[in-house]
Amino acid sequence: MLELKHLSYTVHEDGGELGILNDISLTIGDGQLVVFTGPNGGGKTTLAKSIMGLVTPTEGRILWDGQDITGLGITERARLGISYGFQQPPRFKGLTVRTLLTLASGNQLLSKDRCCQYLTRVGLCANDYLDREVDASLSGGEVKRIEIASILARQGKLMIFDEPEAGIDLWSFARLTETFEQLHASGDATMIIISHQERIISLADEVIVVGEGSLRHRGSPEDILPQILADTLGGCPVLRKEAAVL
Amino acid sequence: MMDTAIDRELLEKIADMLGKPVGAFNIRKDSGCDGRQSTEHIQITSKEDKPGIDIRIQPGTTGETCHIPVIITKPGIREMVYNDFYIGENCDVDIVAGCGIHNCGEQESRHDGVHTFYVGKNARVRYTEKHYGSGDGTGGRIMNPETVVYLEEGASIQMETVQIRGIDSTKRSTKIICGKGAEAVVTERLLTHGDQVAESDMEIVLDGEDSKGRVISRSVAQDHSSQVFYPRMVGNAQCFGHVQCDSIIMGDAKIKSIPAITANCTEAQLVHEAAIGKIAGDQLLKLETLGLTEEEAEDCILKGFLA
Repeated sequence: MLELKHLSYTVHEDGGELGILNDISLTIGDGQLVVFTGPNGGGKTTLAKSIMGLVTPTEGRILWDGQDITGLGITERARLGISYGFQQPPRFKGLTVRTLLTLASGNQLLSKDRCCQYLTRVGLCANDYLDREVDASLSGGEVKRIEIASILARQGKLMIFDEPEAGIDLWSFARLTETFEQLHASGDATMIIISHQERIISLADEVIVVGEGSLRHRGSPEDILPQILADTLGGCPVLRKEAAVL
Repeated sequence: MMDTAIDRELLEKIADMLGKPVGAFNIRKDSGCDGRQSTEHIQITSKEDKPGIDIRIQPGTTGETCHIPVIITKPGIREMVYNDFYIGENCDVDIVAGCGIHNCGEQESRHDGVHTFYVGKNARVRYTEKHYGSGDGTGGRIMNPETVVYLEEGASIQMETVQIRGIDSTKRSTKIICGKGAEAVVTERLLTHGDQVAESDMEIVLDGEDSKGRVISRSVAQDHSSQVFYPRMVGNAQCFGHVQCDSIIMGDAKIKSIPAITANCTEAQLVHEAAIGKIAGDQLLKLETLGLTEEEAEDCILKGFLA
């Protein structure tokens, strides 16, 4: 179980304070799939990063399986089973896809078959990719899918994905949503996915709308999706006018 | 031959030799010959007028390997060696050179070598040269290799040079002249640390029509070490040349990278790229999220970069 207690993250800017996260409290049960959605700049990524330790909150506590991990570094959290798929994964000159998956799995003897399974689940063929370097020769979509495969290889108990659909083509996206669905059905991992995609949102046990550093709405996909659409139209005077004309 | 543990360690590091090699070989140890074997197609003979050997590979020799490592195990040795390679037409061979210095003393040990390759028509050569130093002496471990390659029509060389730790001072000079349709690919890997200095001066001359040249240089400079790269590509005909230099800088190190491309023909296509930077923060963070410590992540990035 993941518990966030009164989490805040404040930065100092131009002599004043800016609240990126404001007193967020949240509990996510084991095996749950929770989607964070909401407007850009609303705090979703900062919230997710603070769970992995990539951002250090200025206030509040984070508990994972009952253990207070607020003071732990990224490596220690990773070793407790927390994993994080970056929105814009870094590229590595010289590091092959196979090495990355092997590092992620923590198993020096990770077999080609296992690598193949992880890559297939993100729509890549192992024969084409295993010996390739994760460098600028790969497209953004390929790097992104390899990033997701590395999280699958990690087999963590908590998997966080930051906009996994970004940069991925439609065909691969369909394969990816199937993978998320299967992972969720297996019940082995708790998943937090930052996403704006209706298809991913609809897989969630709970959808949380994060905006202006706070949890604005929480509920089932059926409850939240209509609200998101209403908010989108309601928030923009031009769109509201166009909607009225229609 | 290969009598001591130091000999064996050096030979394994520089030439992957785990015992007497198969095929032709010449082991030079402390300025003497520690073992030699010629084969039906590869003849190795000593030079008469100066230190060094001639390696003659008969035309059409394929799939054979020739090992010619040099090791220095005593302090105070200074040597200048000339090795000439005559590679016949249509050969397809591997040549493994390399130099290992173990210095436990106060005097400097130094190996300077000039390797000249004459590669015949349509022959293919893979040439590997690894440099390694060990021993806790205060005497310097110095290597200054010079390589000159003449590629005839349709010939190619894939040259791989590796210097990972242990060499206090190196000045490397490489010159390759490509004839019609010839191809030169040079891959350079270098890591310096402590107060080491390394300089690599390279010139690839694309003389023949449809010749190709490629330089891939990757280096890491740590601590107070310094490196200077001067890769030059000259296009004198319709040709394609690409120079790519990437360096990771750490600690108080200094790196200077000065690639130069010169076109003396309107049909010459030449490209150079050079980048120097520290290890990217997002790379470290990514590997930490996979359970590696910061130090492990750094090692892993450097190992991959120099692989």
